[in-house]
Amino acid sequence: MAFHSTTEHRNLAKRHLKSKVFAAFCGAVTWSSVVLLVVLLYQVSVDGFRWLDWQFIDSFPSRFPERAGIKSALVGTIWLILLVALISIPVGVSAALYLEEFATKGRISKMIEVNIANLAGVPSIVYGILGLAIFVRYFALERSLLSGALTMSLLILPVIIIASREAIKTVPVSIRYAAYSLGATKWQTTWAHVLPASFPGIMTGVILALSRAIGETAPLVMIGALTFVAFLPEGPMDSFTALPIQIYNWVSRPQQEFHELAAAGIIVLLTVLLLMNSTAIYIRNKTEKRLR
Amino acid sequence: MMGEQVEQSGVSYSHPIRNRKSVLELRNVSIYYDENRAVKDVSFNIRRNRITAIIGPSGCGKSTLLRSINRMNDFVEGARVEGELIFANEDLYGNEVDAVEVRRRIGMVFQKPNPFPKSIYNNITWGPLNYGYEGSLDELVERSLKQAALWDEVKGRLHESALNLSGGQQQRLCIARALAMEPEVLLMDEPCSALDPISTAHIEDLMFQLKEHYTIVIVTHNMQQAARISDYTAFMEMGDLIEFNVTKRIFTRPSVQRTEQYVTGRFG
Repeated sequence: MAFHSTTEHRNLAKRHLKSKVFAAFCGAVTWSSVVLLVVLLYQVSVDGFRWLDWQFIDSFPSRFPERAGIKSALVGTIWLILLVALISIPVGVSAALYLEEFATKGRISKMIEVNIANLAGVPSIVYGILGLAIFVRYFALERSLLSGALTMSLLILPVIIIASREAIKTVPVSIRYAAYSLGATKWQTTWAHVLPASFPGIMTGVILALSRAIGETAPLVMIGALTFVAFLPEGPMDSFTALPIQIYNWVSRPQQEFHELAAAGIIVLLTVLLLMNSTAIYIRNKTEKRLR
Repeated sequence: MMGEQVEQSGVSYSHPIRNRKSVLELRNVSIYYDENRAVKDVSFNIRRNRITAIIGPSGCGKSTLLRSINRMNDFVEGARVEGELIFANEDLYGNEVDAVEVRRRIGMVFQKPNPFPKSIYNNITWGPLNYGYEGSLDELVERSLKQAALWDEVKGRLHESALNLSGGQQQRLCIARALAMEPEVLLMDEPCSALDPISTAHIEDLMFQLKEHYTIVIVTHNMQQAARISDYTAFMEMGDLIEFNVTKRIFTRPSVQRTEQYVTGRFG
């Protein structure tokens, strides 16, 4: 029997070792990405921090680095994100509600589902071409904020729809039955119970989607957002520029100063992103608490 | 088959009948899940202001039958009902009938308490407000909670979340919520199976009081419960209605051997 127990022990040690190696591997992967991020942030701050002042935020672009600023791009991005949110949230959530609650589950809904999942993986430049053809040319919206926002909305709709559907799916069926058993219609049930209960999950999806939109450059370049804008957009039909485009523009110039300006722009972009996400997370947590 | 049995048992109750005392008549009801027949040709009447219990082993079709009464089966894919369920002189599955209206008049309490994640107050008022209730909401809330014997426990915290209540309280809230709709029939699908004995006793007492104003149909796993609280009992097995009779009779001198075996605990 002694033989047996030693084999067992040896085996056990081996299994423990395996699990330790695996844990170490996972930890290393996680931390390496964190380290990479920290290095990146550090590099960006070192380059850009000295340019970051009110003058930078409150000035239009210029060919003199000392006078160049990010005002038009920042305002353009804020406009763009607001418009994208206004367009994509209602459309995306409605589509998700339709697919989950109202559509009869069959081959067609299955097909739509597969297609949405595929659309989520389409490169953003393709959406840019689509936006150029449809919104800029066909609908003659020109190179306006609206064209940009519509194109960006197309780009992030699949993400919003998929996340919203997942959130709606997690609403317990018992809540729906409770509502139906009180003589509620489908609309009443959906509006009063399904939507509020899935709100936190939908918000998570929206945050992720908008974060993606705020950083996208390719579709905007494609539909022709301008790179040098010395005015502020005053309505959705005005031409515009956005932070990523301004950053891209500065990076592609040969002078070192402009590279540093790009770094400062990146800091501004990250700050906007962070602000936006934390607001959304705050709203989400607040509603989550109210529901418990 | 059933009609004969009732006659044999010698109770002054014949079948099929149009009885003014019945609020609901099930006539040859069969329920299918796709091709699978879960309830087979069941007929019996549900009497006004009485408690009717449906008992039987798991999977006998009793919950399916109960859910067909307020058209909750509509939400199950592939479910189909044949036969007639006559309520207020109309077949509940007739073409003219709106399932939403059916559910307004025939309420339901589920196996697991399922209050809305809202305040106690809003749990009660939501249903009535949906169909345009115009009376005093405060009175409605107080009356419904009193009917459900919950008022004294919660009157100080009506605006707190219903999810803070205990399981038994939540179930009584669900009953109050159903009562606020002033249903003509209240369906209860094993309402005590997720509750402790004290909460169960509470709910059973409550049902006694409620039958004065309401008609109750309860599905239960617990035979003692059926014997304690119900006036009529339907015993089902494998989708068939084996016996329907006055409860006392079912539990003392059932006419079918299978019923006797079940109520005495020899199977199931």
